[in-house]
Amino acid sequence: MALEELYREVILDHYRNPRNRGRLDDPDATAQGVNPLCGDEITVDIDLADDVVTAVAVDSEGCSISQSSASMMTEAIKGKTRDEIDQLVARFRRMMSLDGSEDSGLDPDRPGAVLGDLEALQGVRQYPVRIKCASLAWNTLLEALNG
Amino acid sequence: MTDLSYLKSDFPILDSGVHFLDSAASSQKPIQVLEAMDRFTRTSYANVHRGAYKLSVASTEAYEAARNRVATFIGATDPDEVIFTRGATTSLNMVAFGWGLENLSAGDVILTTVMEHHGNLVPWQMVAKRTGATLDHVPLTEDWRLDMTALAEKLDDRVKMVAVTGMSNVLGTIPDVPAIAALAHQGGARVVVDAAQLVPHAGVDVRTLGADFVAFSSHKMLGPTGIGVLWGRMKALEEMEPFEGGGEMISDVTLHDATWAAIPHRFEAGTPPIIQAVGLHAAIDYLDSIGMDKIFVHDQELTSIALDRLSDVPGVSVHGPSGLDARGGVVSMTMEGTHAHDLATILDEGGVAVRSGHHCAKPLMRELGVAATARASFYVYNTEDDIDALVAGLRRAGELFGVG
Repeated sequence: MALEELYREVILDHYRNPRNRGRLDDPDATAQGVNPLCGDEITVDIDLADDVVTAVAVDSEGCSISQSSASMMTEAIKGKTRDEIDQLVARFRRMMSLDGSEDSGLDPDRPGAVLGDLEALQGVRQYPVRIKCASLAWNTLLEALNG
Repeated sequence: MTDLSYLKSDFPILDSGVHFLDSAASSQKPIQVLEAMDRFTRTSYANVHRGAYKLSVASTEAYEAARNRVATFIGATDPDEVIFTRGATTSLNMVAFGWGLENLSAGDVILTTVMEHHGNLVPWQMVAKRTGATLDHVPLTEDWRLDMTALAEKLDDRVKMVAVTGMSNVLGTIPDVPAIAALAHQGGARVVVDAAQLVPHAGVDVRTLGADFVAFSSHKMLGPTGIGVLWGRMKALEEMEPFEGGGEMISDVTLHDATWAAIPHRFEAGTPPIIQAVGLHAAIDYLDSIGMDKIFVHDQELTSIALDRLSDVPGVSVHGPSGLDARGGVVSMTMEGTHAHDLATILDEGGVAVRSGHHCAKPLMRELGVAATARASFYVYNTEDDIDALVAGLRRAGELFGVG
């Protein structure tokens, strides 16, 4: 597999210019995640209003895959309900083959779960040791929401 | 240039063409080591020290021959000063818990350095908490060498243990252990050296090193995993309590008490790594047949070439001493705008195996001001060809990430 498939332009863009970066003041939900194997660290802050994510911020340190995944995640969850986020997470996990299915996860009939830019992360599946990088932000998000 | 390329065919795993630059984490094994373990297991294997039958005697002889071989390799005059452990980390924990819990108390200081591998730092943190002793750390100079002036200032009579690396697994820095030991001994402190990187690459004579305890692992010196060594000066070993109980380590046991066997068996509870000891013996024979001096020069020549070539790669910074003096074959690097994990993935695509991450030295990473580095490390089977592949991979990473 070509490295260009892993390091797609959209990934590099989110890596160089991460969206929703930093911390929220007094967030409604927060969680910290760490990948002890590589030292990647992340804090996810969320504000919620009536079950809808109104603001999200990510403070993190890590590789292009973990940083871009986190950045794209913030864009994907903003304005979404808890249910919609659960669907997004399920879809993301399927795309990463983290739910055990061989399916690529790109089921067009599935409602409310358009991954958009995040689909660029498909290439990571070919690099099993890097899947943890891509999923760190998402695991931390779930921890914040379930906190 | 020291040509050791003729050795490459001894390492079956290299037939795949991999450019293996991660020997500081673990080295590959030559067929001589594999065959020695295979032959021994097929013909002479049994548990040691307890059977009256011929196989057990043969196995015990092989195990003790390995101990003698380690002793001659590191210049230990008494083979009883050589203790087989699971690896360098276990050896260091034995000193921390076996010696530290017995000999440290509130008011005492354990002096270590900011460049230690977690294996020579975390056990001391644990023991400090239990004993009330405090931990202090010697800083580095601007050229990433141990600050000997600061060390001398910190070495007051409260210091009871000096725990120092023999060679940094991140920087390649080789501290002047003989000088450190001489200073420490003036104040009556003991010295333990994490020699996991030093023994495989520079060779060690414990008589000139001057330390009281020296720890290293077999798997970093062409031998198998699962065995390491703690050498201790007999007087220092006598100050140490066993860290584990059971098996061969006793002299007598009653329902309520036990007395210890003589050193070294006192410190070898349970069935030891017998097959691995035979492998380590073969690995030492292999290293000695090349010559440790030659190996050190070879590693340094490759380091010199690598430093020179890397200085031409846009965006790459090397973290370590600027000169080759007292520096081993470890090159840690970062590339501007490109994370070490991405470097490692891209290098891997070109068949180059390097380590990326914090290298179990997180405090040192903070000193360096980086979260992670990519590290290339050299050993007997590496050639200039491997550096060509490394440099090509770094240039490719630079292109992908738009560096330079």
